[in-house]
Amino acid sequence: MIDYDRAMQATRRSILIGSARLAVGAGLVSLVGTIPARATPQTMRDAIREAVGDAPLRTGRVTLDIPSLVENGNTVPLTVAVDSPMTESDHVKTIHIFNEKNPQPHVITIALGPRAGKARVATRIKLADTQQVVAIAAMSDGSLWTASADVIVTIAACIEDVN
Amino acid sequence: MARTLLNVPAKAARGEIIEIKTLIAHPMESGYRVGLNGAMIPRDIIDLFVCTYNGAEVFRATLSPAIAANPFITFSTVATESGTIEFRWTGDNGFSQTESVLIAVE
Repeated sequence: MIDYDRAMQATRRSILIGSARLAVGAGLVSLVGTIPARATPQTMRDAIREAVGDAPLRTGRVTLDIPSLVENGNTVPLTVAVDSPMTESDHVKTIHIFNEKNPQPHVITIALGPRAGKARVATRIKLADTQQVVAIAAMSDGSLWTASADVIVTIAACIEDVN
Repeated sequence: MARTLLNVPAKAARGEIIEIKTLIAHPMESGYRVGLNGAMIPRDIIDLFVCTYNGAEVFRATLSPAIAANPFITFSTVATESGTIEFRWTGDNGFSQTESVLIAVE
């Protein structure tokens, strides 16, 4: 009788352990299945090159105003200004904003011209993680100017689950 | 029709640089979020915003899912003549909305 009980317990235990392992395994599989691909600094660099070409990026002329510490990544105010006279011969053609770690590296592309008067644009963006945000201005003479800012995010956006 | 908030000065001096603020009610669903049943919520964003001044394009923005819900865009333009400033938002699922504001330039 005792032996029979022990045997039963052993099987019961092994079944429990086995099913627990299965559950963990299934959990891992589903976790891997639902984590979306994220942008990385490398994919951001690739996206920048795709958008603006191979001209050298120079630091300066662009001012990127974004809080360095944000509590909620769902709405992050961002202002970008470019030092330019905005005349017919010398103006900002496009401003691009990129990020490192959202699911997609691109944030916004703005097309401007001399009729803008001044190159200053503000919007609100989502940030999925603590990361660097990069602004690039393409001038009418073909030169590229850039500015970047590091942002610490405590509540991530873009990929949070609805519950 | 989504609600919009447009802040454009009613009057401006000729050649003055005016600031325009626009906001439109829209969820800007990124397409990367998981819903109640574990299924991905499909992407639903506004991907293009264009501003025209008496028919001539003065501002254009291409948006990604990284733009926050209820897209808010501030920019400026030179008040050249009296007329209509028109705003157009287009996006996923055939979203399209146009709003216009009159401006008097002296």
